[in-house]
Formats: sequence, C-alpha cells, structure tokens
Amino acid sequence: MYKIIKAECLAEKIYLMEVEAPRTSAACLPGQFVIVKMDEVGERIPLTICDYDRAKGTVTIVFQSVGASTTRMAALREGDAFQDFAGPLGNPSEFIGEDLMSLRQKKILFVAGGVGAAPVYPQVKWLHAQGIGADVIIGAKTKDALILEKQMRDVAGDLYIATDDGSYGTHGMVTSVLEDLVTKQQKHYDICVAIGPLVMMKFTALLTKKLGIPTIVSMNPIMVDGTGMCGACRLHVGDTIKFACVDGPEFDGHLVDFDEAIMRQRIYQTEEGRAMLRLTEGATHHGGCGQCGGEG
Amino acid sequence: MMGQDMLHKIPVREQDPKVRATNFEEVCLGYNEEEAVEEAARCLGCKRAKCIEGCPVSIDIPSFIAQVKERDFAKAAEVIAQSSALPAVCGRVCPQESQCEGVCVRGKKGEPVSIGKLERFVADWSREHGVTPTPPEKTNGLKVAVIGAGPAGLTCAGDLARLGYEVTIFEALHEPGGVLTYGIPEFRLPKEKVVQKEIDNVRRLGVKIETNVIIGRSVTIDKLMDEEGFSAVFIGSGAGLPRFMGIPGESANGVFSANEFLTRNNLMKAFREDYDTPIWKGKDVVVVGGGNVAMDAARTALRLGAKTWIVYRRSEAELPARVEEVHHAKEEGVIFRLLTNPVEILVDENACVKGMIVRKMELGEPDSSGRRRPVEIPGSDYEIACDTVIMSLGTSPNPLIAGTSKGLDVDRRGCIIADGAGQTSREGVFAGGDAVTGAATVILAMEAGKAGAKGIHEYLSQKRSR
Repeated sequence: MYKIIKAECLAEKIYLMEVEAPRTSAACLPGQFVIVKMDEVGERIPLTICDYDRAKGTVTIVFQSVGASTTRMAALREGDAFQDFAGPLGNPSEFIGEDLMSLRQKKILFVAGGVGAAPVYPQVKWLHAQGIGADVIIGAKTKDALILEKQMRDVAGDLYIATDDGSYGTHGMVTSVLEDLVTKQQKHYDICVAIGPLVMMKFTALLTKKLGIPTIVSMNPIMVDGTGMCGACRLHVGDTIKFACVDGPEFDGHLVDFDEAIMRQRIYQTEEGRAMLRLTEGATHHGGCGQCGGEG
Repeated sequence: MMGQDMLHKIPVREQDPKVRATNFEEVCLGYNEEEAVEEAARCLGCKRAKCIEGCPVSIDIPSFIAQVKERDFAKAAEVIAQSSALPAVCGRVCPQESQCEGVCVRGKKGEPVSIGKLERFVADWSREHGVTPTPPEKTNGLKVAVIGAGPAGLTCAGDLARLGYEVTIFEALHEPGGVLTYGIPEFRLPKEKVVQKEIDNVRRLGVKIETNVIIGRSVTIDKLMDEEGFSAVFIGSGAGLPRFMGIPGESANGVFSANEFLTRNNLMKAFREDYDTPIWKGKDVVVVGGGNVAMDAARTALRLGAKTWIVYRRSEAELPARVEEVHHAKEEGVIFRLLTNPVEILVDENACVKGMIVRKMELGEPDSSGRRRPVEIPGSDYEIACDTVIMSLGTSPNPLIAGTSKGLDVDRRGCIIADGAGQTSREGVFAGGDAVTGAATVILAMEAGKAGAKGIHEYLSQKRSR
C-alpha cells in the first residue's frame, strides 16, 4: 500500500496528493509519469508527476476527477492509501540529459493549459535549481480553475496568466499571450514546452511552427499497462507509430498528428461518442475511462 | 478397465460449447480420480521414455503416471514438483501434441496417452488436498533478483529458492503471473483457483514478490547489483510492444492489439460488472492472426457477445495455435477465414471501424520458416462488415531493460542475447523466455527459467569457490 500523506483540493475537481512511494521517489525525474490504481476494482490511471521529495520518499500527483475511478480517488484523504503506485514511467524531459552549460544559454518557454500546470511545474523547478529561469504561460478557464500559481511564481522567470473568461490575467488563450510575447514584445525563445489539453497543444504547436520555435509536447493518451505492452497509447509522430508510454511521453510537437490523437480521444468526449460507448461497451462501461465524464 | 479401448484417450469432460460461449468459466473440466487412473493404465511405462525428452522441463512422465495408476496422487505430485513449479498451468496450456504426447509410443497406433490432462489432474488434486511444497531449511545468504513474475521468472525463482538462494521477483504490473494473468483468459486458465495458488506455492518456497517495480525505471539492474546486494539477476521480462500491420485505418477507434483487449479483460477484469475498467465489446469482431493469443482474443470477444471471425493468411495446417484451442474456438462458433489477409480497415465519419477489406491468398513455395509462403490472389478482395478489429500479430521486444543496463547486448530485433545457460553479455546477468526468443510459449519460457536457475547456481558456486 502507498500511504497518502497530504490530500488537497486545488480547484473544482482538481486534486493534489502527496504519496509515499520510495522507489518511485528515488528514481523519478521531471517529465515522467506514474500509474496509480486505487483499489482492487479500480482502473490503472496514468498521471504525470507534479513534484517529488527524495528525503521523504514521496511523489506528488495532481489529477482531475472525470470518471468513476478518479471520482472515487477524489474522496481519499490523508492517511488513506493507494493499493498500487507504479513508476516512474516514460522518459524524463529532454533537457535533463543536456549539457548544463549549453542549457544555460537557452531561453526556454513553458506553456501550460489547465491541469497541464502540474507536469510543467517539476520541469521549471528543476531548471530553477540549475540556475535557469524559464518563462511560463499558464492558461485556465477561470481564475478559480487556475492551479499552482504561487508555486510556479517561486521558480519561474516571468510568469504570464491567461483565462478564457478574463477573470484573471490576460483575457484569452495561451496562444495569444505567446504570439504577443514574441511578435510585439520581441522576446526570443530557443525552445517551447507545451503541456495541456490536445487542442491547446495543437494550436500552440501550429503557432510555434509559424514562429520558428522548436516545440516539445507531452502526450497523455489512453493507456492500460503503461509499460509498453498494450499499444493503446499509439500515435503517429511524422510517419512512424510511437507508443507514448515507452517512446514518450514527450514528442516533437511539430510532428505529432494531433488530429488523429484528438479523433482517438473524441469518441469518449462527444455525445455521440458517449452513446456509442454505452452501445459498444454496454454494461461493462461504468465511466472511469477518464474520458467519458463518468456516467455509466 | 473392462472393455476399455486402449487405442483412444479417456475423453475429458468439457462445458457444452453453447453454454460456455456465454460464460468465462473453465472450458475443460478435467479428469476425476477414476478417469485419471483409467487413462494412466494406458501408459506403457517405456524404459527409454521419449515423452521425457519431449518435455522442455524433462518431467519424469512414466514415473508420475505410474503413481497415478497406484492411486498415490501425492507421490505423483512430488515427482512432477521435482521438474515443474507450475504443473496446474502446464497441464492446461502446454502444446502437448508437439511435445510429450507428440512422441508417445501409444500415438504410433491410436492416440497418445493424455499426459497433459493427467498432469493437470495431479496438480488439481494436490491443490485441493492441500499438498504444498516445503521450503528449504536454511538459505545460503546469497540474494538473486528475478525480473518479471511470469512463467520464466516464477520457474527460475522457484528453482533457485529450492537451492537455498534468497530470491526477490520484481514485477512491473500490480499482479504477478505475467501472461498467465494478463494474457491467457479465465476460461482456459482460472486465475484465483489455479494461477494464484501456483504463485502462492512459489512464495511458500521463500520467494519474495515486489509488484509495481519497473526495472529500468523504478530501479536499474546496475543498482540492484551495486547497491541492493543482489549477486545475480535473471531477466524474464517477457515480450513487448504489440505489432500492427501498417495498413490504412489502423488508428481508427475500434482497432486494438490483442494485448490491450486481453489485458483489459483478464488483468483488469473488465468482463465483470463490479470492476471499473471498460472494454469495447463490439458486435462484429475480426481478429487478425492464428496463434494462441488470437484464439484467446476471438473466444473472449465471443463471450462478450460478439459475432467473431479469425482472419489468417495461411491455411489451417499452419495455424500456430494449439490444436485444442482451434477445435474449441470452432465449436464455440468462431468463423475462420483462412488464406485471407487484411488489406484495409474501413472507417466511418466518426473515425470508428465499419469494415475490413480482405484479400484471398494461396500457398506458394516454402519460405525461410519452412512453411509454404502465402501468395495474394489478384482481384479476390471482399469486405467483412465489422465494428472492431483485434490485431494479434506478435510483439517486438520492450527496449526498457536493455536500454538502461550497461553492457547488455541485444540482437538486431532487440531481443536480449543469451546462451543456453541463460548467460548474457554481462557477468552475473542471465535472461530467458520471450525477452530472449521473442514471443513463444509458456513452457518454453519455463524451460529457459530452469536453465537460467541452473546457470546462476553454477556461476555463483564457481564464484564462491574461487
């Protein structure tokens, strides 16, 4: 069992939990993910790592309650435990292995959308520890839905906030902030890391391609085992099929086939998709796929 | 034995095909005591027993069958336990027709002795009667790490524990068993009744199993040996990433690898209403491939309520699956389209599968595998209407362990290179099973696990005496 030592609600339906997982904590690096399984009947849920404390042997995860398993997970409290917590999985962020001298020469921009702020945070924090201040744009639906602002401000270079409804920061999308920074404010970036909903990553990558900024995105598709066995997480990167769990989760944002990835996820998100799911999965679908909104 | 026809096997009782096609209960019910004793009487007790040579783990078959004949089932179990840690599994999933039973003298004229069913009977009997293995009295203080709790790893760990080693198995998934747990379905290999019990027996020998540890990620082989005090490592991490065909439409919703479909159903128990994990059941399911995994996927889809096809590019004689599995699949109503190859998956406006274009094939000259090469028949394309496609085309190795362990060589395909004793290019590191050979069978993995245990024992004994 993996004990929860801190459980916190960050925003509506967004939860943070710090979990005792000594092996994962000792080995994990920014960019990697874990698979959690709450109890015997729960699903295996892939979640990006938000933070880790090697001295305490803990890993911090952030998740949104969208399906049966994550909704049940939201009810867990400090002192409760996950039955299974496996990781780290996937490759660490590209820059972890880079030569520090050359990394320090680079201007890095992170673009985070929604819960995407969680996997962005440990990367910015790691860079900060190496004396590198990366700029960060966080986008959220509303001010209330914004997460990790304070933590991010402590480790980021310049921090920009955008909300869809204008309740905080710039009124609009992360892409308009990015375009403004580069074209109007003449900011130069050598690399952009975008993590968030597929549509946000797609449009960020389209923009950075136009602006000529190499871009890394982090894919979080449907997975079952997460260890390179089931192939559910396959996606096209350029002409080749890649598996997000062992080849990723980070890929060249200018090569990822976002339309295909959106299509593979869309079936669970549209009304027709949900209806079809009820039809095809019948009584075996009880929500909890993390995609359908939770209804059975 | 009065009036028994010695040329034929005592038939084994099975669930009626019509009934079993709607449930996940075990298909084969196995022999009872009387049937087992009667079948055992057919064994000629050959002095130079070919069956032992035919068995990858060299079980003393005539000797255990002789004990069955004498109704000393506990003794029979003891004989098997000397060679196999997983008899209830092997009795159910070994391809006996190409191993022990394939060379049985009885088979020259009539049917061979039903060795697999007898092994299963003995294993089931001893489980039901609480016969368990005894752990060694004391350990030798040497720690060995085994990677992967599948058939290779469990066998290797069991053998090493019996020799006195302190063995820890590291398993990436949340349940041990490997393919026995995630791959082979309940109706062929019951999980709680059989698999878990055999794993419990391995634990009783003193083997520790640590789940949720991904070697190469959670900890590396280097760390296990340098920091955690393991003197040797056996890699039995299994096969890896599923293969796809590369035909149009393969990314559509409704196309799955057999691994995904079976893992959802078996490991995650999606067929049960009380579990959270969903599974796409489909109404018309086409399974591409002809191995045991393809049969398992087809028969699982059928039990979830679908009309199911097997599409395979060679003919029935080349089907790699066990004869019994093909027979059972046909009985249950799986439709076989042999000498048929997929060309394209048709996709509707919602990006979902709506059909498959297939092409008829004929057999040409033998290829490098010795099997006649399937050749396309031009202009023979036709469509099978379906909403689900399951690709069962084998796997390619997972790069994780080789990529994170210093000095571990892999071949051109990415399989770990190991000799007959399991020795890899790195001292103290042994490997076996699918990680070395590419996708094969449970029993071959067990054979490699045995060889690995022997190799590790010899290596560590030599090292000690140096």
